[in-house]
Amino acid sequence: MYDVEEIRKDFPILERRIGEKKLVYLDNAATSQKPRRVIETLTAYYVEHNANIHRAVHRLAEEATTAYEEAREKVAVFLGAPETTGLIFTRGTTESINLVAHAWGRKHLREGDEVVLTETEHHSNLVPWQLAARDTGARLRFISILEDGTLDMEEAERLIGPRTKMVACIHASNVLGTINLVERLAELTHEAGALMLVDGAQSAPHLPVDVKKLGCDFFACSGHKMLGPTGVGVLWGRPELLEEMDPFLGGGEMIREVHLDHSTWNDLPYKFEAGTMNIAQAVGLGAAVDYLSELGMEDVREHERRLGEYAYRRLSEIGGIVLYGPKEDRTGLVSFSLPDVHPHDLSQLLDEEGVAIRSGHHCCQPLIRRLGVVATARASFYLYNTEEEVDALVEALVRVREFFGAFAR
Amino acid sequence: MSMMRELYTQVIMDHYQRPRNRGELEGADLQEHLLNPLCGDEVTVYAVFDGDRVSDVKFSGHGCSISQASTSMMTERLSGKSRKEAEAEIEGFKAMMVGEREFPETDDLAALKGVIQYPSRIKCATLAWTAFQKGLLESK
Repeated sequence: MYDVEEIRKDFPILERRIGEKKLVYLDNAATSQKPRRVIETLTAYYVEHNANIHRAVHRLAEEATTAYEEAREKVAVFLGAPETTGLIFTRGTTESINLVAHAWGRKHLREGDEVVLTETEHHSNLVPWQLAARDTGARLRFISILEDGTLDMEEAERLIGPRTKMVACIHASNVLGTINLVERLAELTHEAGALMLVDGAQSAPHLPVDVKKLGCDFFACSGHKMLGPTGVGVLWGRPELLEEMDPFLGGGEMIREVHLDHSTWNDLPYKFEAGTMNIAQAVGLGAAVDYLSELGMEDVREHERRLGEYAYRRLSEIGGIVLYGPKEDRTGLVSFSLPDVHPHDLSQLLDEEGVAIRSGHHCCQPLIRRLGVVATARASFYLYNTEEEVDALVEALVRVREFFGAFAR
Repeated sequence: MSMMRELYTQVIMDHYQRPRNRGELEGADLQEHLLNPLCGDEVTVYAVFDGDRVSDVKFSGHGCSISQASTSMMTERLSGKSRKEAEAEIEGFKAMMVGEREFPETDDLAALKGVIQYPSRIKCATLAWTAFQKGLLESK
């Protein structure tokens, strides 16, 4: 197991103060902070190697291309992808899912077909399918959650059937901290002859991921949530599926031959990388993945599992608090609400204490509605957070309650 | 928690926990619903007119202390005003919230002055006012 205090030294921003308070950054599900190595990689790229890739034959172009393609290999290994041809760089999870919903969905979905999602989807794995359904006449079905926030797998067995063409599901929830049984869903999906997309935005940064073991056909994740820069994400897809899909965006690089009236497409993965990509960001993601791999994702998971359970336990000591999601087997995030304190006020008051959390619907309006609330507060942890920071959160919450309670009396 | 004292003043907390004119008005002349998609806060404002004057005003919905307090203050402020006066009040308040006009020192509204320092919260404070403004336009 790694030493958290040592790790923290790699993240310059963790030294920051908010007013006079030490920053306690607990909004990692929104975006993670970046280690010095990633920041330095970005700088070095621009200072020494910057050029456009895959085009010119000069030295810088070759260096930039090599760095970009090395990043692709690193990410492929990190996700257990058997090859790099199926590893496409995108702008993030949202773009990755839109790519599939567009390039696969518009081509293969027909009236009467069904796309099975869950009640817990982030808007990024819901709205693209709503658009695809609207255009094709396909129907969306939803697996519900049980009281503890886990998926109703019996319902999943009933819903996934002969009409199902696609099952798309989050791997881990950004609200409940649940980890879904993706392997089992993939089995059900393939028995029905359908395809499975896994939204890994909240899993790839926190758990060991192996797309082969998950058994999915597509896997999407975002670089900025896993120590990398913003503006870069990943779609992995089985190459034979990507091969027969139409392109998503047209333009430079994604073509082989262009005539005035028609064009032919480049090989994978370039067919899906139109225009100048976020090259520096992809290279930065490569450095992030190196950092995570050296730390070991098993250890990252173990650290966050402990921290998540510790936070759940400590928070449940606060009288009247409502916690969402299961007690155990959760990722390192906890959503909660305090009676009589609106989450928006809560996060504002915590900010005064240097504690950064998120409040709102977390881009999951249907799930928040299902929970019967308008918003929740959410503390989300990462590999550099400590038990002392959980304690700081709990102490600040107690003060907020006292503050609001004083007015009520 | 010094900011707490500045932003969450006694006046704001009083309006939040004991809101004025909370409720619904059946068959109101003006009824407008507005949502802040950022945080999920929503408000519906209702008004009944006696000729040109606002004779009754109410609000329903849910939101943070800033939005609820500001809405509560608005209902007090607009009660009895003519359409034209109400429009001017709303425009005046919105100008205050972007720092283009001074807050009245002797009014409850002054308690919202602290919100200006928190740009992400200004929308909370102006939500109901914007709803009423829209309602005024549509109920003409």
